[in-house]
Amino acid sequence: MSKRTIVPIGPYHALQEEPEFFKLHVEGETVVHLDIELGYNHRGIEKLSESKDFEETVFLVERICGICSTSHPIACVQAVEDAGDICVPERALFIRSTVGELERIHSHLLWLGLAGHFLGFNTLWMWAWRFREDVLNILELVTGNRNHYGMMKPGGVRRDINDTDIPVIIKLLEGLKDPIAMFRDAVIEDPLVHARTRGIGVLTREKAIAYGALGPTARASGYDIDVRRDHPHAAYGMVDWDVITCGNGDVFDKAVVRILELFESIRIIEQCLNQLKTVTGPVDSDPRFVATGEGIGHYEAPRGEVFHYVRSDGSNRPVRHKVRAPSYMNVPTNRETVLGETIADATIILAAVDPCYCCTERMAVAVDSPGGRRLWGAQDLIRMSCEKTYELMDESGLRGPEPPPCAAAGQTRDSGR
Amino acid sequence: MKTRGSNSADTINRIRGALGEHLLNFEKKSGRRVYIDIAPETVLEASSLMFEETGARLQIATGIDTPAGIEVMYHWALDSEDCLVTIRATVAHEDPSLDSIATLCPAAEWIEREMWELLGIEFRDHPDLRHLLLDDNWPQGNYPLRKFPSGQEVIP
Amino acid sequence: MTYTIDALTKSLNVFHLAGSACNNCDIEILDALTPKYDLERFGITLVGSIRHADVLLLSGIFNRKATVRLKELLVQAPKPYLVIAIGGCPATGLMFRDSYNFEAPPSIPIDAFIPGCPPKPEAIISGVVTVIGALREGAIVPGCLQEPEANPQPAPEAVT
Ligand code: SF4
Repeated sequence: MSKRTIVPIGPYHALQEEPEFFKLHVEGETVVHLDIELGYNHRGIEKLSESKDFEETVFLVERICGICSTSHPIACVQAVEDAGDICVPERALFIRSTVGELERIHSHLLWLGLAGHFLGFNTLWMWAWRFREDVLNILELVTGNRNHYGMMKPGGVRRDINDTDIPVIIKLLEGLKDPIAMFRDAVIEDPLVHARTRGIGVLTREKAIAYGALGPTARASGYDIDVRRDHPHAAYGMVDWDVITCGNGDVFDKAVVRILELFESIRIIEQCLNQLKTVTGPVDSDPRFVATGEGIGHYEAPRGEVFHYVRSDGSNRPVRHKVRAPSYMNVPTNRETVLGETIADATIILAAVDPCYCCTERMAVAVDSPGGRRLWGAQDLIRMSCEKTYELMDESGLRGPEPPPCAAAGQTRDSGR
Repeated sequence: MKTRGSNSADTINRIRGALGEHLLNFEKKSGRRVYIDIAPETVLEASSLMFEETGARLQIATGIDTPAGIEVMYHWALDSEDCLVTIRATVAHEDPSLDSIATLCPAAEWIEREMWELLGIEFRDHPDLRHLLLDDNWPQGNYPLRKFPSGQEVIP
Repeated sequence: MTYTIDALTKSLNVFHLAGSACNNCDIEILDALTPKYDLERFGITLVGSIRHADVLLLSGIFNRKATVRLKELLVQAPKPYLVIAIGGCPATGLMFRDSYNFEAPPSIPIDAFIPGCPPKPEAIISGVVTVIGALREGAIVPGCLQEPEANPQPAPEAVT
């Protein structure tokens, strides 16, 4: 039996921008156990929410996470509407879905870029983020801001979409289709991406159900859940789209699910915008108070279902506001998926669920540990991951004679987090 | 998009029947939201009924401090029937403890740790009850989400 | 302009520390490096360790757990360095300032605040350019080079 070593990853820097702390227990090069430590991001938002009124709460939950910054507000206002029996005008529903799907596109592109970076596929990273800017431009046009949109309020949305803007948005969306098709081919047909991600980090359907996995993580394992279809809300019951599922549960399938979802998102947005041409009326029912009661709102964020529970006592503040982000259920599945894999693969596996610690803790890397042990930095892990890709390239004769761009850059340029 | 209709009446009736006298109160807020009160000792049985027999998905559990005790709610989603069932157990402030459902349903492991540190609910037989979000040297007995503390000071 | 300042303000190597941020500032920082803004053409790069860095970028509030790490990190930072705070969070704490898991803004010398929630990449770029300009003109001295008593704490006022 070989000796067991603990490889700490984090808390400052590793796979994403947020602090997170993974302790990989390894024997030789094989991961045998994973311990996840949270708390670097806990801001106590559930408690803070009790001191804000229902409209302010929306701005607070928007700042839970900058990537899902419209998913949390949608779920939150739905919970308030459920608690207070507030009705929402139809036009507002279409606008909610439009903004939500635009956010899904930018979030999936962001993940795709980071995943490319971890594999040493930096071209994919730069391209994905370049086209993500186009999505942000649309969002800026629709909502007035690139990231925190401030669009949702109980009873509707804050801002209408101008009729004159709709053709512009449709044209900008058209421009996204070719790049997304390019990403699909770049990922699905690339032999190296296959070599690095196929059969790696498999989450079985049974485990996905036991851990309550959500979103693309669950759908890649063949666990067919999508809150947009199963519990229709916003405009999802009124437009035509498909839920994408795959069966293998490995990293590759998680990427495929996300890329194919981009096309569905564009489909949804186009239909919503077309509907907006005919569905007129107010976008806000302007509720004056929230009746006593309790309500649940949930919404399919890019990473899975966000869940908000609100209890109101008839005053203008929630008595209790519970937030559950999708990563809260998805991150524990890492404990199953990294077992038996090598450290070099751990990078991409841990990133494959698209973890979001800001959300998870609502409220995640390496400095030197207090004990003086050297913690592994992002650059070490990403370098190992890149090196594995280049070894595979050499084996398959895919690499030319010039030095690999990432390995050369690994010394000076470790921007990925 | 074809939505699977909200046809949960049969399942809800089955759950009601299976809970039998464990069921303290039943409230159907709408076709899509159902709230059920049970006694705290029967949480494990009710969870196994929901998770294993009904095939519901644990969305999350929530704890609320009320004057009458700490309400712990388990939110279950019936995905194929478009219905959310909330099972609620109220534990007394004097002895806030419940059976852990983490071994039955691994999805509950983190949330039970969270409720333990933020609300001070003891989960019996939890595999790994330690701090999840707060610092390890967070003062003992200081539960940020308690509103009606019996002797505990809440950090402002 | 002293030799130190001259060396400090060329080809900034940046270490980015996200406290308990909402992620958006962090992503806008990365955004500034990607093709549309492409800061790397000016030699500004992100590095993976504070020991290689000229600039420490802070984002987000720092909760109890993260403050400990921030202090450890500053001890390791090689002088001279700049500390730039991105976003409203490190400046005022925004709406999180009343949280139970957050004490006071960490008392560290911050050379520049770039406000916004989140600041646009353009704002981040303009903020960095302003700081470099001011340093070269001698209008400001990096906080880490000042005498401790001549180093007023930023201690921002409450914004409600
Ligand atoms: S300043 Fe705003 S965008 Fe930046 S971390 Fe804070 S809340 Fe997020």
